[in-house]
Amino acid sequence: MKRRLIRKLTNLLALGLSGLATAIGLFFLGAILWTLLRNGTAGVSARLFTQMTPPPGSSGGLLNAIYGSVVMTALGILIGGPIGLLAGTYLAEYGRTSRVSTVIRFVNDVLLSAPSIIIGLFVYEALVVRMGHFSALAGAVALAIIAMPVIVRTTEDMLNLVPQGMKDASTAMGAYQWRTVTSVVYPAARSGILTGLLLAVARISGETAPLLFTALNNQFWSSDVTAPMANLPVVIYQFALSPYPNWQQLAWSGALIITLSILILSIVARVVVSLSQGGRRG
Amino acid sequence: MSTVAAIDPRHAAGQRLRERLFRSATLLAAILVLALLGGVAISLLAGAWPAVAHFKLSFLTREIWNPVTDQFGALAPVYGTLVTSLLALILATPVSLGVAVFLTEIAPVWLKRPVGVAIELLAAVPSIIYGIWGLFVLAPILQRHVQPWLIEWLGPLPFIGRLFQGPPYGIGVLTASFVLAVMVIPFISAVMRDVFETVPDVLKESAYGLGATTWEVIWQVVVPYARTGVIGGIMLGLGRALGETMAVTFVIGNAHRIGSSLLAPGTTISASIASEFAEAVGDLYTSALVALGALLFLITFSVIAAARWMLRRLERRALSSV
Repeated sequence: MKRRLIRKLTNLLALGLSGLATAIGLFFLGAILWTLLRNGTAGVSARLFTQMTPPPGSSGGLLNAIYGSVVMTALGILIGGPIGLLAGTYLAEYGRTSRVSTVIRFVNDVLLSAPSIIIGLFVYEALVVRMGHFSALAGAVALAIIAMPVIVRTTEDMLNLVPQGMKDASTAMGAYQWRTVTSVVYPAARSGILTGLLLAVARISGETAPLLFTALNNQFWSSDVTAPMANLPVVIYQFALSPYPNWQQLAWSGALIITLSILILSIVARVVVSLSQGGRRG
Repeated sequence: MSTVAAIDPRHAAGQRLRERLFRSATLLAAILVLALLGGVAISLLAGAWPAVAHFKLSFLTREIWNPVTDQFGALAPVYGTLVTSLLALILATPVSLGVAVFLTEIAPVWLKRPVGVAIELLAAVPSIIYGIWGLFVLAPILQRHVQPWLIEWLGPLPFIGRLFQGPPYGIGVLTASFVLAVMVIPFISAVMRDVFETVPDVLKESAYGLGATTWEVIWQVVVPYARTGVIGGIMLGLGRALGETMAVTFVIGNAHRIGSSLLAPGTTISASIASEFAEAVGDLYTSALVALGALLFLITFSVIAAARWMLRRLERRALSSV
């Protein structure tokens, strides 16, 4: 009887600790969000979105940084998206069982978890040194390299979900495989591919390390992609560690904006995929 | 229309050409992914070469890091990288296991998805946000409430006491490990959750049938069955922790020395690169930082490769058993 009691108590204790562990995880998410809201909302005003980053001690906003982040993220997806989409298509359609695909899948998984600062160093060595100066383009390439493995992985997974029968039907009508892929498989996997792109945007829009020595930063407005460009993460990094209160306030507001955007994007991506899966099941 | 396509030879030739073009384009993109990893390795080695040629093996064994006299050794950042990551794993693994157990075995169905998504969102929060949160919120709390306690109670102990001595700086190795632990929890628990779900219900039900408690089923059936995946998940978390940059840069103090105390400031490979690279003057300085990057690449590559290999093997087993 005593043994049974001990087993029961152990069970309760272990399950209680599991619940506690989950509560700890949720607590940290809550704590971070609360910190951002408390410190960030004070600085959110129209000025934040209409003025440039100021010199220490005077007022200003984050317009050039927000603009730069949007431009570089968009460029990164424009470069990494098509390549990732095609590579994912190869893995799911043409090279499903080939030996090369096994290697590529493995390499892609490694790239997926490679430290982003390594990618930054690579782009510095490959682009910045060769061009002779920092540039928004180099930053965008670094972001593209980080986005690509995400897109490759989700594209392959989503294309694999398309029923073989649909592909067979298209082939039976005499369509070549490119026609089947572009006219049948892509439309069927549309929401899944979109989710992959959204997740990739969420992943790269907060990346700081790879931009530190590729895009650098810029105190002023610049729309020249071959020149250094301001961006939110690096501005947050520099302003947060500065001794000036107005810079620190801007850093908190920037942090709030970037975190909320990324969390919303991540949630939207999940809703998109669950909506489409619900539709498929029903 | 398709009958016309079948008859018209010019149309068929066009189709074949497009087929070949599309196929080549996808293959090319796939090869590009492959080439990218090679390119990263080659460019890092090339950039690291001047420092490696200059310092030879002493680069790995010396603690000195002096940009003024151009003397560089990787020991302190390598030590900091390994210590913070291991400590983070020690803190994060039990919590992640708990989260995974809660999500797969305990939580009612309606709670599974929202809680699961919330934990996943923890992984979506950018590294730099963890950095400012760690520096401005966590570090002061640790400095005021946790570290004095550690110093008072653990400091006098033999052996492990040395890890908890010195003044409570707030920032330092321990704080960095703490932030890293929070950051890797979602990664490890997501992998654990996924592998726990591959455990066949029949196995669990037989254990329940024999009268096992929920915890006994988890610890004696689920975890052993999913062992490879659990280890793979932990190593994936290790890979994350090793390369994590911005969060660590904020809270570790960026001191190029090996302190015996966990409360002392230190540095990691990624933090050194992030905080010094843009200001590095002189070819040897830059090259030494790239050499650090190459070291980090080697370390993380082996850890991630091992983790992915384990998880792939498990995936294949799950597929073949279906």
